[in-house]
Amino acid sequence: MGILSSSVSLTRYGVKGEIGKPILETIADGLKKNVVAEIDGDVSEKAVGWTSFENPFNPYFEGNSFVFGEYLIFSLRIDRKSIPSKVIKKHYAAEAANRLAESGREHLSRNEKQMIRENVVRQLSLRIPATPDVYDFLWNCEDAFAWFFSNQKAANDELETLFSKSFNLTLVRLFPYTIAESIPGFSDAERETLSGLFPTKFAE
Amino acid sequence: MPDVAVAYNRYKFLGYEFLTWLWCLTEKNQERLRKLDAELLSLVIGNRIVLENRVGDTAETITIKGEDADLDEGRLSLKKGAVVIELNLIYRSDEQEWHFTIKGESFNIANLRTPATGTPESEKDIEGAVLEKVWFYEKVSNLVDTLFNDFMKLRISKDWDGVAVPELRKWIHGSTDFAEV
Repeated sequence: MGILSSSVSLTRYGVKGEIGKPILETIADGLKKNVVAEIDGDVSEKAVGWTSFENPFNPYFEGNSFVFGEYLIFSLRIDRKSIPSKVIKKHYAAEAANRLAESGREHLSRNEKQMIRENVVRQLSLRIPATPDVYDFLWNCEDAFAWFFSNQKAANDELETLFSKSFNLTLVRLFPYTIAESIPGFSDAERETLSGLFPTKFAE
Repeated sequence: MPDVAVAYNRYKFLGYEFLTWLWCLTEKNQERLRKLDAELLSLVIGNRIVLENRVGDTAETITIKGEDADLDEGRLSLKKGAVVIELNLIYRSDEQEWHFTIKGESFNIANLRTPATGTPESEKDIEGAVLEKVWFYEKVSNLVDTLFNDFMKLRISKDWDGVAVPELRKWIHGSTDFAEV
């Protein structure tokens, strides 16, 4: 789901930590080092990395290519190969039958079955193209906030891990407590009151 | 700050109470909303409210949806002890309209539709289109923060138990003798 879509979902984050200077070069470096890998024709079943907002299938992070006004905008790409279990089952059955015929035995050991299965998945992974999912990400370095254009838990988890690895900074999700805790002007006493709150019963 | 996962679960009731208070405000006190956001024309309930009534380990979810949904059913659920876990809102400002859903426990914003923007015709137009969209998203993000900050100041004050909760109970029970929250 992208920034320019007609309907979007937003997960809001605060960004914690100091980014090294010069900021744009540090970020470009983090993006390039963690760019999404192409796994078509490879045995890998999944790839997670950064890509360009404007051209998600041809990542490019040179110069100011990811700078839009006061925001940095790029995308998280998650490529996955999804092999239907029935396809695995079919190829496994054929391979297991071959192995039995070659060996003249009636049964395969548990280890042999496991190895055949892994080999089948590997062979199929080489032939099946990955399905890409692209999620846009916006970062305001000056005000230390970021928006991720998805509410999917798995995608948010991947984002948080990759962001930390790429920039050595932490994304803190903005949910009721984290927002309340950072309200400007709250005194220590008010923060303590906040910590001690319990639910109100509206039903009498 | 407590561990993030602990804080998320321990204090998610703040999000539910905020949505309940906000629903009441949209019906009873648009003036307060306009004081918080000078450009706000109106903030009204959209096409969906989700409530949850938790008794012991079991949770009953009540979804009210549709453009002209009868919200009395929602208030009836509140009377029975349910909490608002999701609210769809229509925000009107400067003759433009935003639709979005806010989830109480995560404050995730979903199904956010902004006023119409021009379609970029060339690569040069993309930056302008992106910045226009982002500006529209910021309006909603800022609105949510402004409203929640106001709610939290009330929530930690003596006025919460002394004034707001009794008035919210009156609203839930359909009383016409209603002051302000």
